[in-house]
Formats: sequence, C-alpha cells, structure tokens
Amino acid sequence: MVAVELRPEQPAASAGASLDIENVSHAFDLDGSVLRVLDSVSLNVEPGEFVALLGPSGCGKSTLLRLIAGLEPPRAGQLRENGQPITGPHPSRVVVFQDPTLFPWRTVWNNVALGPEAQGSLKQQRERVDATIDLVGLSQFAKAYPHQLSGGMAQRVALARALVNDPEILILDEPLGKLDSLTRLTMQSEIVSLWRSKGFTSILVTHDVEEALFLATRVVIFSERPARIKADFRVDLPYPRHRGDPRLAELRRESLALLGLAASW
Amino acid sequence: MSDVTALHPGDTGLSVATGRTEALTGIAAGLAWLLAAVAAAAFDDLGDWLETQNYAIGVGVFGLSFIVLGLTGRWFPRGAAWVTRAGPWLIALGLVLTLWQLAAAKLGWLPQPFFPPPQGILEVYTFEYEELASHFLASFRLLAVGFVIGTIAGFLVGVSIGWSHKAGYWVHPVLRFIGPLPATSLLPIVFFAFPSSWSASIFLIALAAGFPVAVLTWSGVANVNTAYYDVARTLGVKPLGLIFKVAIPAALPNVFIGLFMALGAAFSALMVAELVGVKAGIGFYIQWSQGWASYANVYAALILLALLCSGSITLLFRIRDRLLSWQKGLVKW
Repeated sequence: MVAVELRPEQPAASAGASLDIENVSHAFDLDGSVLRVLDSVSLNVEPGEFVALLGPSGCGKSTLLRLIAGLEPPRAGQLRENGQPITGPHPSRVVVFQDPTLFPWRTVWNNVALGPEAQGSLKQQRERVDATIDLVGLSQFAKAYPHQLSGGMAQRVALARALVNDPEILILDEPLGKLDSLTRLTMQSEIVSLWRSKGFTSILVTHDVEEALFLATRVVIFSERPARIKADFRVDLPYPRHRGDPRLAELRRESLALLGLAASW
Repeated sequence: MSDVTALHPGDTGLSVATGRTEALTGIAAGLAWLLAAVAAAAFDDLGDWLETQNYAIGVGVFGLSFIVLGLTGRWFPRGAAWVTRAGPWLIALGLVLTLWQLAAAKLGWLPQPFFPPPQGILEVYTFEYEELASHFLASFRLLAVGFVIGTIAGFLVGVSIGWSHKAGYWVHPVLRFIGPLPATSLLPIVFFAFPSSWSASIFLIALAAGFPVAVLTWSGVANVNTAYYDVARTLGVKPLGLIFKVAIPAALPNVFIGLFMALGAAFSALMVAELVGVKAGIGFYIQWSQGWASYANVYAALILLALLCSGSITLLFRIRDRLLSWQKGLVKW
C-alpha cells in the first residue's frame, strides 16, 4: 500500500501518466449509415497536465473519453498511456461520469471500495477507503445508501470511488454538469486542489467555458462532429485562480469566439 | 402553556381520549366475543358436536382477555395498543362468530354437513391433529423442495440467457415455447415419465415456479443500465465480477417479483399434484374428506392451506426486505 501524501504546494510529478492520442478516428453504425464522430484527432498530454476539452454538444468529446478509458477500441489510430498502447479499461485510468452512477445496492463505503475489491487488495486498503471518503468530506455518510444522498454528495462519492484507485489519468466526463451552480463552484475548487495535491493527469470534458478556464492548464477546442481539434492553448495563470481575473475574461472571449459564439459577447 | 396547546391542540386531548378509547375498544371487542361464547353455550346444538363447551370457554377467555388488555393500558401499553388497533376487526369477528354459531348450530339456517359451525372445525383440530400435521408437513415438503429446485433452475437460466448471447440463442426459444404452458397440462405425461408420483409432483411444481423466475431474472439482467458496467470495468472488475457484482444485484428486484409469481404458480401446481397424484398432503386430505362428506375437515384443511400459502409469501417478503433494504418504495405485503 502506498501512503497518500498530501503536498498541497507542489504537484507530485511522478503520479501522472502521459497520454498520446495519434490520428484517432472513430465512427458509429446507425441503422446502416455510418456516423463519423472523431476525425484524425492527435493530442499529446504531458504527465500531470490538466486538459479541458471544449466543444459543441454531441461533437464526440465524450466518445474520445471512452476511447481513453479503454471502454471501446478506436476505428483508426492509436492511444498510448506512458507509451503503452491502451487496449482495455484499467484502474490507472478511471472515469467520473456526468451521472454519479453509484451502485444503489452498495453503501457509500462499498461503492468506494469496489476498485480495491476488484483488485483483490481490499483487506490492505480499508484505511485508504476510509481516508478517501474523508477526503471528499463524507465520512459521516459512509454507511448511507446512494438514494439518501444529494446530487453533489453522490458526485463526491463517485470522485472518491475514482481517486481511491490512485489513478494516473483521471477522466472527467462533465462531472459537474448536473449540479446546481453553488455546488458546482465548490466542487471545481475541490477538484483543483485534489489534482494539485495528487499530481495525476486530468482530462476534463465540459460545456462550460469558465469551468474549463478555471480548472485547466490547457484547453483544447473541438469542431462540430466529426470532431477535429480547432484550437489548443495554455491557460498561463497560477493556482489558486480567481474567477474575476481579467485574463480569464479575455481567454473566455477568445474561446467563445472559437466556439462560434463571438456575436453574443 | 396555553401557547403550546394552541400549537398542538390535539396532543393533550388525544392522549386522554386514547386511554378511554383503549378501554372502550377492549370492552366492545370483549363483549362481542363473550356474546359468541354465550350463543354457543346457552342453547342446545341441533347436531352432534363434541367441542361446543370447550369452544365456548375458549372464545369466552379471548373475550375476557380483550377487556383486560383494554383496561390495563396504563401498565401494558403494547397490549392496549394492539387491542385498539385490532379492535374493529375483533368486534366484527366476534359478531361473525355469533351469527355463524346461531345460523349453523342453533337455528339450522345453514344446511349440514356442508356448513359446519366453528366447534365442528375445532373438533377436527382436536381429534385429528396428528393426521392433519402429517399432511401439512407432506405439502410443505413438496412445496419447499419443488419451489427451491424450480427457482434455482429458473434463476440460473435467467442469468445465463440475460448474460450470454449464445445461451439466449438456444434457451430462449425453448423457454418461450414451453414456459407459458400450464404445468398441470403435462400431468398425463409426467406421471408415467417419472419413477414416482412424488418426483413427478416435484417436477411439476419446479416447472411452474421456474418459468416466472427465469423470465424476470432474464429481463432484469438484460435491462441493467450499461453505465454500471462501464464504471465497473474502468474500476478493474473482471467479467465474472460483472455478473456477480453488477448484473445480479441490479436484477434482484426483478428476481423477487419473479419469486412472488412463482409462489402463486407453485401453490396451484401443488394442489393439482396432490389432487391427482400424491397420496398425502393438504390437497389430498381435502379431496379425501370431501369423499366422506366430512366438510368440517375440508374447512379445517383449507384454513391450514391458507396459513401455508400466506406464510410462504410473508417469509419471501421478509427475505426481500432484508436483501433489498437499499431500495425505495418496495411493494407492500
């Protein structure tokens, strides 16, 4: 068991993995016709980076996340984690989905414990499960069932369930999309501090330009389907960031322009 | 103080009234049952029933105890609460017993031996309890063995066709073709295909119970939200784990609906098996008693049968409430 060491100031550079996406194309068969969703996407993510993927609704960003998670193989191209080809799901790449998707028949504790349980290491990791539930502030709810939790609490459990595996790449598929705006802001800050303390690589899909700019070190903007990379820029601001920062407002205007919404701003 | 009563106007008034309500309900229920006792004891029976006196004493003791429970609420609140809650039912039962007694045993309104008075049924229990018990146990054994075999088989079939396309390809058509067939229609084949009528009956009950469990388990497994599998797979759960940690728990609510339906089907199959094949069991006893025109025995056996069926369903729902405590809004029994 690896002890969780919290180093809030400097990211633990070793914890994250690099991710290489090379010429990846993907398509779905829909009643005989082929729906192309990704068109030769290439992206190299450094260890410990926080990359936000922005794009119009239904452009294929979430599909890209499924490929990174290894839930599906791409039609063409290759994905590599630390240089190793991605062939299937692995607990080093965990996904937090838009819906918390907690198993309703498991308590909070047992939901978080599923990863270690599947690895056969739950006996050694019990304290780690406790610590991770504590980390997301839900130790009082360890024995509660999912239907007793609010939306924000459920999403925190989903986050803990991912983090307990000590992922090298944390894949966030619009994890805050369904939360109320206050919970959303709180959890944005929580995600930033978790990422900074643990140092994993983060890939976030979001619709929310502000969220992307507030969280990420790098923002990638996709075109309409089939998704192609339209822009890729760094957010050169130190953490913790300020929502009122004029530089953020400037980046926001540029991003919205790239998304085709320049007229409204 | 006046503020408090203004906010909760019912509170104090209600608790005083409850004490009186308990007493009144207890007395009313007790009087109804004493009336039933008097109706039995005060007049001569038209027929020849042996337990009239014991019946009257028993019913009278119940009546007195309801009165005592109603009056001692201050010291035994749980007993009084029970009397208050059950009160209307107890009163109604007491009146029905009285009416039944008069109509069947005293006034001759009900034709005998088809509608025996309550002491006639009591007589069956006191004189034939050994025989009744052996038939009850025979039925229980048949039901339990058949139900367990059938539901385990149905569950395994349901999981396998819900999970594996190959199993679905081969088993599903068979299930669709044979499953809806009433198990009892196979009677003529089953009783010569099996070495004993007992094993044939087990087969019939298992078949009847297995079908609903198989169908509902299958649909439960097939309809599991695929996002659960995605999450479990990214957490490193292997295919076998996906069945045991995701598919089966997610399908359990459906499985229990199947088990509930299976119990009903198993009761029917049990009765048919006992009426036609096995020479033991409540169903057999009922038919045999009817042949002798001992209708009191028929009623006594029917009451036992109702207890067996109702008790089985209660047990099933208890188990379900245990296993599915994570679920909201369960079906009530």
